[in-house]
Amino acid sequence: MPGQPGRVQIIDPTSATGEEIDAAVDRDRIRVLAGATETAASFQFDGEDHTLGNALRYVIMKNPDVEFCGYSIPHPSEAKMNIRIQTYDGVSVYAVLEKGLQDLMDMCDIVEDKFRAAREDFKDRMET
Amino acid sequence: MPVPSADELARRKKLEVGPETVSNQASTDFPGHWPGENHEWNLDYFRENFQVQFHSQEPLDLSFSLIGIDTSVANAFRRILLAEIPTLAIEDVFIYQNTSIIQDEVLAHRLGLIPLCGNRDGLQWMKWYQKPTEESEGSGPQPSDYNAAVLNLDIACTWQEGGLERAVRGETDPDKLYVNHNVYARDIVWQPTGKQEDWFPEGDGIRPVHPDILLVKMRPGQQIQLMMHAFKGIGQDHAKFSPVATASYRLLPTIDIIKPIVGADAKKFARCFPKGVIKLEEVTSADAQKAPELGGKEGEPKAVVDDPMKDTVSRECLRHPEFKDKVKLGRVRDHFIFRIESTGQWDSDELFLESVRLLKVKCQRIKRGLDEMMK
Repeated sequence: MPGQPGRVQIIDPTSATGEEIDAAVDRDRIRVLAGATETAASFQFDGEDHTLGNALRYVIMKNPDVEFCGYSIPHPSEAKMNIRIQTYDGVSVYAVLEKGLQDLMDMCDIVEDKFRAAREDFKDRMET
Repeated sequence: MPVPSADELARRKKLEVGPETVSNQASTDFPGHWPGENHEWNLDYFRENFQVQFHSQEPLDLSFSLIGIDTSVANAFRRILLAEIPTLAIEDVFIYQNTSIIQDEVLAHRLGLIPLCGNRDGLQWMKWYQKPTEESEGSGPQPSDYNAAVLNLDIACTWQEGGLERAVRGETDPDKLYVNHNVYARDIVWQPTGKQEDWFPEGDGIRPVHPDILLVKMRPGQQIQLMMHAFKGIGQDHAKFSPVATASYRLLPTIDIIKPIVGADAKKFARCFPKGVIKLEEVTSADAQKAPELGGKEGEPKAVVDDPMKDTVSRECLRHPEFKDKVKLGRVRDHFIFRIESTGQWDSDELFLESVRLLKVKCQRIKRGLDEMMK
């Protein structure tokens, strides 16, 4: 991937010249709902649904620092997804959310690698 | 830290299927669920235990298994396949003339549902088109070579030479009377614009996947003249943009024969399942020594599970009292048998890879937005 290491490039699918999506767009899609503390917060994501919600809930629940994690879609005709995270003492919910996203991305990488390998294997098996 | 035995793990991930009930559905591999056990997310553990097995592969039809992954993630891939992978489909239809008996809006709807295909690189190069809203009318990008394909349909039905005379004589077969009385998808002509000529080589232009889709039936004097704009979109917006005819998974069925089923019962038992699920083997003397109830039944047929993957879990065997306590049906919670049927714009294996990539991009965007917010 081009660009500086650690920086993610996400190309705007609507732009003719392949411009990047401004990170501010994604910042505005996330809100921390009222009543948040360092160890318990609800986040709201615009334009997300069960696809990300349930998968993210699963990896966050796999984290032993997490006391509770759940997600909901408050209303079916609004494209919004809420995710609630509560952690044990002294662990930041923001760090937990970031780790969850990172774990899910790592999982995707492995699924992709294994899928490609299995496809090659199958091709070889069919040829012989 | 205690590690559960392999038997215990297998038991935990087995859904039990009863005659009217399903139990043990929810996964329990979370920290804190089983006292003293560690179920923390571990990338190396996942890498070691996750498997992909291919069953059959054709360009438009793929079947494979994902083993050792949670339902929530497998379902995310399935949902992305159905609703979030962009494809090209006819969106706007400009009707200049339509004297056929199909109404304009019905015809436009039919045209929209035609699966289109073309050179993969060219389709990848094409970008989404964002429709102007009522407020932003006239502003924003206009349909152009990089976001729209122009297709034309110009066809009129006429009498064949001598068709009218044949009709007078009583001929009723339309094929012998008219020209262009059936309008098919192959009659749609793509009109390359701008850079599209470079991206779509000769013979690999934008065209319907199936040339024989019947669109309209006409009679002499009727005519259709229209222009179409095909845009990229996603299935979430309209099902015509979905790249798959269907993408689904089922869990691997299990059949455990607890007590031996022999003789005529074995044949009846095999008939409770689709072909190839249960096979009949002869009871050997070694079998008889192991199980006392088989004594004296050497040489009789015995039901043995051959290929549980072929089972449809109809639960037919549970209806018969003689098998009631002899068999247990179930499904493996983390063995997903995927089936992806592409509509033709993508290859089915590339579709799955794209769904994995899109889930990752979703995470990346949220993570980036979160970093931005924390600044």
